[in-house]
Amino acid sequence: MKIHFWGTRGSIPIAITAQDIRAKLAYALARSVGRDLSSAVHIDHYLDSLPFDASATFGGNTSCVTLEADAAEPIILDLGSGARSMGLYMLSRFGATTPLTYHVFMSHFHWDHIMGFPFFTPAYIPGNHIIIHSCHDEVESAFRKQHAEPFFPVNFKQLGARIEFDLMQPGAIYQIGGYEVRAKKQLHVGDSYGWRFERAGKILVYSTDSEHKLEKAGEVDSFVEFFRNADLVIFDAMFSLAEAISAKADWGHSSNIVGIELCQLARARRLALFHHEPASSDAQISEMLAESRRFEEITRSEHPVEVIAAWDGLEMTL
Amino acid sequence: MELTHKTLANIEIVSPDGRIDQFSAESFQTALAPYLANCQKGGAALVLDFSAVDYISSLGLRVLMLASRQVKTQDGRIAIANLQPIVEEVFKITRFHLVFSIYQSVESACESLA
Repeated sequence: MKIHFWGTRGSIPIAITAQDIRAKLAYALARSVGRDLSSAVHIDHYLDSLPFDASATFGGNTSCVTLEADAAEPIILDLGSGARSMGLYMLSRFGATTPLTYHVFMSHFHWDHIMGFPFFTPAYIPGNHIIIHSCHDEVESAFRKQHAEPFFPVNFKQLGARIEFDLMQPGAIYQIGGYEVRAKKQLHVGDSYGWRFERAGKILVYSTDSEHKLEKAGEVDSFVEFFRNADLVIFDAMFSLAEAISAKADWGHSSNIVGIELCQLARARRLALFHHEPASSDAQISEMLAESRRFEEITRSEHPVEVIAAWDGLEMTL
Repeated sequence: MELTHKTLANIEIVSPDGRIDQFSAESFQTALAPYLANCQKGGAALVLDFSAVDYISSLGLRVLMLASRQVKTQDGRIAIANLQPIVEEVFKITRFHLVFSIYQSVESACESLA
C-alpha cells in the first residue's frame, strides 16, 4: 500500500513567499562555509544534513492523499488543491489515453476539501470513470454547485469522464477498489467522515477535520476502535491542545496531543500530523513535530508510535 | 480521586495525587468541584499543588481548562504549583503553561496570590 500526500495544509492553500525562500537560502549558505560543495552529490549530501524546514517546505496545498496498491484501483482521499498536481501525475504515470477508474472518498465538502476537483484533469477526459464516495446526502449537489456559474466557468455537464456518486453508510463495511472500507462520523460543522482502509494486512486511517471534545468516555473508545492497529493514522493536528479546547473549541479541529493519545490507546504504528494550520511556518510545524515526538516519548507505555508531519510530496509505503 | 487540602490565610491549597488520565479525570473533576465553587471574587484563592501528580493526559488537562474558565467567570484566582519535570513538559507542549499561572513552589504561588 503506497500513500502519497498531495496536499497537507488546512483551511486554505498557502504559498511559500520570496522572504521565506530567501531566509532558507541565507540559513543554508551561512552553514555551508568550509563545506565541500564541488559536485551535485556533495551538494545533495549537504542539503540532506540540513533541517527539513531549512531545506524544504511542508507545502501549501489543501487536503488530498492517494492510496495505491498492486492490482487495485487508485484511491483518492479528498479533493483539496493538491488534486491538481495529483491529476497531472496520474496522467503522466498511466497516460492520458488510458481509461482509469478513480475512487474518491470525501471527508466533507468544505472548500479546502473540494476546491481541487475543477482542476483535476482526468475528470475532463472521456473514458475515465470517477466514483465519488461519501456519507453526505448532498454529495452530488455539492459537486455540481462548485462546477457551475458563478463559481466556475466549466459546467459539471461538460466533464468528459463518467462521474458517479456513491452514498455510503458510516459503520458499514464495503469492498471497494480492492480495499475493505469503513467510514466513521466525526464532529465537524455539517459533519465529516473518517475513512479506514484495509488490504493485505495493512491498515490506513484518514481522520481529518475532526474535533475531539474529550467529554465522554464513549467518544474516545469509538475512535480508539476505529484507529485500532492501524499502520498509519492521518490525523487533523491543526491546533495545540490548549487552543483546541478553549479559544478554538467548536472550530471542528483537533491537536497533535489527542492524535498521539488515541494512537497509543489504539496501538497504531504511525501517526501523520495533517491539516496544518495555514498560519504556521515550516519552522513552527517542525517545532510541533519535535514536541509531538517528545510527548509520545514521555507518555509511552510499552507501545511506541512513530510520529511524522505530512508534507506535500511525501510518499510512504505501508 | 481524593484531594488533600489545607487553608493558609486566604488561600486554599489543594493537592491531587498520582495520574490524572482517562481513568481518573472524571473523579478529579468531581473532587475539585467544591473548591472551584468557593473560588469567588474576594474569597480564598486556589492553589493546585501538583507535586504528587506524575502524569496528566488530555482528559485531565480538559478538567483544568474548565476549572480555569469557571474561576475566571467567578472573578476568582487560581494557580498551579510544583509541577514535576515531566508534567511541566506536558504543560509546555500542550500550551497549558499559557493558560495558568504556574509557580515553582506552593510558597511562591501563595506569595503571589496573597
